Amino acid sequence: MIQHLLDGILVGSILSLGAIGLTMVMHILRFANFSHAELLSIGAYVALVFDKMFKVTMPLMANEIGPLSMTWALILSIIVSMVFTAASAVLFDRLVFRRVREKGEELSMVFASFGLSLIVRNLIGLIFGLSTKLYSKDIVFATVLSRDPLLVVKLDQLATFTITLVLMLVIHIVLSRTTFGYSLRAVGENPELAQVNGINLQRTLIVVWIIGGGLAAVAGVFYGLNNQINPMIGRDLVLPVFAATIVGGIGSVYGALLGGIIVGLASNLALSILPSGYSPSVPFIIILAVLLIRPNGLFGEARA
Amino acid sequence: MPEIALEVRNIIAGYVPDLPILRGVSIKVKSGSLNVVIGPNGAGKSTLIKAIVGLVSISEGHVLLRGKEMYGIKPHLIASYGISYVPQIDNIFRTLTVRQNLELALRSSGKNANKRLTELLEKFPILSGKLKEKAGALSGGQRQFLAVAMALSTYPDIILMDEPSAGLAPKAAQEILEMLRDLTNSGVSILLIEQNVNQALRLADYCYILAEGRNQVDGKASELLNNSIVGEIYLGGKRLRAGA
Amino acid sequence: MIGILSYIVFFTTVASILAIAVLGLNLQWGNTGLFNGGVVAFFGAGAYGTLLLGGTPQPDHIAGFELFYPIALIGGMAVAGILAWLVGILTLKMRHDYLAISTFGVAVAFENLMRNAEWLGGGAKGLRGFERPFRESLGDGFLYNLIFLIVVLLCLLGTYRFLETLVSSPFGRQLRAIREDEKAARSLGKSPARIRLTAFVTGSVIMGLAGGLYGTFYAFVSPQDVLPTLTFQIWAMLIVGGAGNNKGAVLGAFLIWAAWTFSGWALSRFAPVEAQLYTGSIQYVLIGLVIVTMLLWRPQGLLPERLVVSQSGLS
Repeated sequence: MIQHLLDGILVGSILSLGAIGLTMVMHILRFANFSHAELLSIGAYVALVFDKMFKVTMPLMANEIGPLSMTWALILSIIVSMVFTAASAVLFDRLVFRRVREKGEELSMVFASFGLSLIVRNLIGLIFGLSTKLYSKDIVFATVLSRDPLLVVKLDQLATFTITLVLMLVIHIVLSRTTFGYSLRAVGENPELAQVNGINLQRTLIVVWIIGGGLAAVAGVFYGLNNQINPMIGRDLVLPVFAATIVGGIGSVYGALLGGIIVGLASNLALSILPSGYSPSVPFIIILAVLLIRPNGLFGEARA
Repeated sequence: MPEIALEVRNIIAGYVPDLPILRGVSIKVKSGSLNVVIGPNGAGKSTLIKAIVGLVSISEGHVLLRGKEMYGIKPHLIASYGISYVPQIDNIFRTLTVRQNLELALRSSGKNANKRLTELLEKFPILSGKLKEKAGALSGGQRQFLAVAMALSTYPDIILMDEPSAGLAPKAAQEILEMLRDLTNSGVSILLIEQNVNQALRLADYCYILAEGRNQVDGKASELLNNSIVGEIYLGGKRLRAGA
Repeated sequence: MIGILSYIVFFTTVASILAIAVLGLNLQWGNTGLFNGGVVAFFGAGAYGTLLLGGTPQPDHIAGFELFYPIALIGGMAVAGILAWLVGILTLKMRHDYLAISTFGVAVAFENLMRNAEWLGGGAKGLRGFERPFRESLGDGFLYNLIFLIVVLLCLLGTYRFLETLVSSPFGRQLRAIREDEKAARSLGKSPARIRLTAFVTGSVIMGLAGGLYGTFYAFVSPQDVLPTLTFQIWAMLIVGGAGNNKGAVLGAFLIWAAWTFSGWALSRFAPVEAQLYTGSIQYVLIGLVIVTMLLWRPQGLLPERLVVSQSGLS
């Protein structure tokens, strides 16, 4: 039971990172972006490519960091992947979503995101192949935290969780103490008033895509690190990440953080009750529950 | 400062291209004057102000800021040209604290931000005790003062306000209107929409009456105040017949 | 010769069945502005419902009531309708992207349930035990397929007629009013939420009809038939054909189905052996491109919505 809790928090923190960008975009642009989850996939694969490259060109970087299976090369690759994925997010908006908006078809952005996700997901499959891949072929042994009850955790998992917490802290500081953070929240609450106060909406939007893309890259790599890398990462994570945003309340970054953890916990706890085949349905049940009990989520507000 | 700080020439504007709300409205705001726009509901008063700051699209006509054409310029840029706008509702950020609201408004002030914040708090003492509270938790009157403070924070030359005294107790309403009157003495030009016509006309220089998206009557505020027909129609609350 | 004819009958049957589903989606999206991200769930509900009600009892799952076929078909449609009603009650009053996500989730859950719940629908093996109606009298050959095609075409025509009448009726006006401006619609005195729900359920029932016919045609349904792919295909059909236009919906169905089957055939015929594994991916990329390019180039579709001139005096 506690093992499930531990695993749940771990999985949840990955979902949280993925959900932050999504909740901001959903709130400001008012559309459910079904292609956001593909950014996690892109992040994972780009990091894979650079990881291999760095290992070959800079053999020293291939050394593992302490007891982790993560290498310095991977850390560097994550940073490169964040840049690349952020750029992809901005590019997708520029090429597709903005043009759809300019045609006056806001509602159509959802379809466009469906179509885009199909393209990205299957292109990844075509380029990289359909088989699963791993960052490191080394077997990682789990550390036993306690024998009774039996609690095991992989040090990689602890590392990813710690990095996630650090990122969350950084985001919190930016949002609560910098005028830049205020401007992000302002745009989310009232875009017209924000513009009237001198905030450049277009530029803020690009920043939102960049942040969302960057965080998604980290989430994708962590997901790949703790599970495996395959082209269906996006497809598998679409519903859980949406569930995280809905639980937390669309537009609330703190909500996304908390929502991800809750979805992760709930999904893992459900595994102890339901047969594992049903796990894809759990996020949906969570969404239903939220809609029944508290439709605006934990911190969401009905938008003006 | 040129004589005409802000001019609107015959604009046709609306939220949807085929459905104009303003059908040829013209306004002139002299530098350092307090101007009031009044009229029945649906006249297009709020739309007029939104069109000036770029939030509503103009299909025909011109908006000239100190003689410079404002067509096609984005709202956030227009704001940087020294125009401040206070909407009627949703005019503060409820989820941010009072201090955060003010700091946001002061973003473009750079090094002067702290100094200006102190000055603002002196002008609006009611806000200094509430800096850490979320703006949404303030009372209606306090929110209104915050909205005005945010508008004044950038030391604008031109201020546009949509019913600044709405929902305020008469004393607070008078305070704000008098504050605006004082500002015009230092050269700031002000355009107000007001339902509180009596109070506004007593302090204003010039008044425009709009109805059905068009200019109806305009003139010196003191003359309109004494004009019995206008008095009957607007100050007594009677409505103008459609068409003009 | 019979071979080509046979294929044409087969193709037209499936395309017509899908066209019925697209018509249902058109009512929801084109007329009412509702985003159904889980079309396949209602389609599948109709398929599974019809087969369970009309099939023979099987040892490993429930139902198999052997109902008279038309009743079984209506039953399947009812299942789709009930599912839609449940989903609609919860989500229609929320912002439209909640509907998108929830319906998408319904589809994921539906496929997941059908794949795992053997007692319900046979699990991954699929649902057997259903005999195509009148099989004994008409046999299994070309004649049967032809008659079935005629039945399907009649259903398609009937659905088309029904929807065209609906669109030009006062109810249709209300739908359009809600789609354009909810506040104005509310001033008409009707409850927008109730009207939306009606449109959503009706559209889903129509999708259920399509699903029921589909299951009948193959006399078999499995979780493989209710994958999200079908939702994307039906969306592409509507986007290409023209949202808001029933003729466009049917046109889109035939065009996209033709493109899909053709690309499938061309890839399996001409692609090298090593690439055969990837033909699916290529098809998905193509359909994604179709959706995106249509939205960027001609979002109103090939046959745009005809503006219905209202006589009510509302301008």
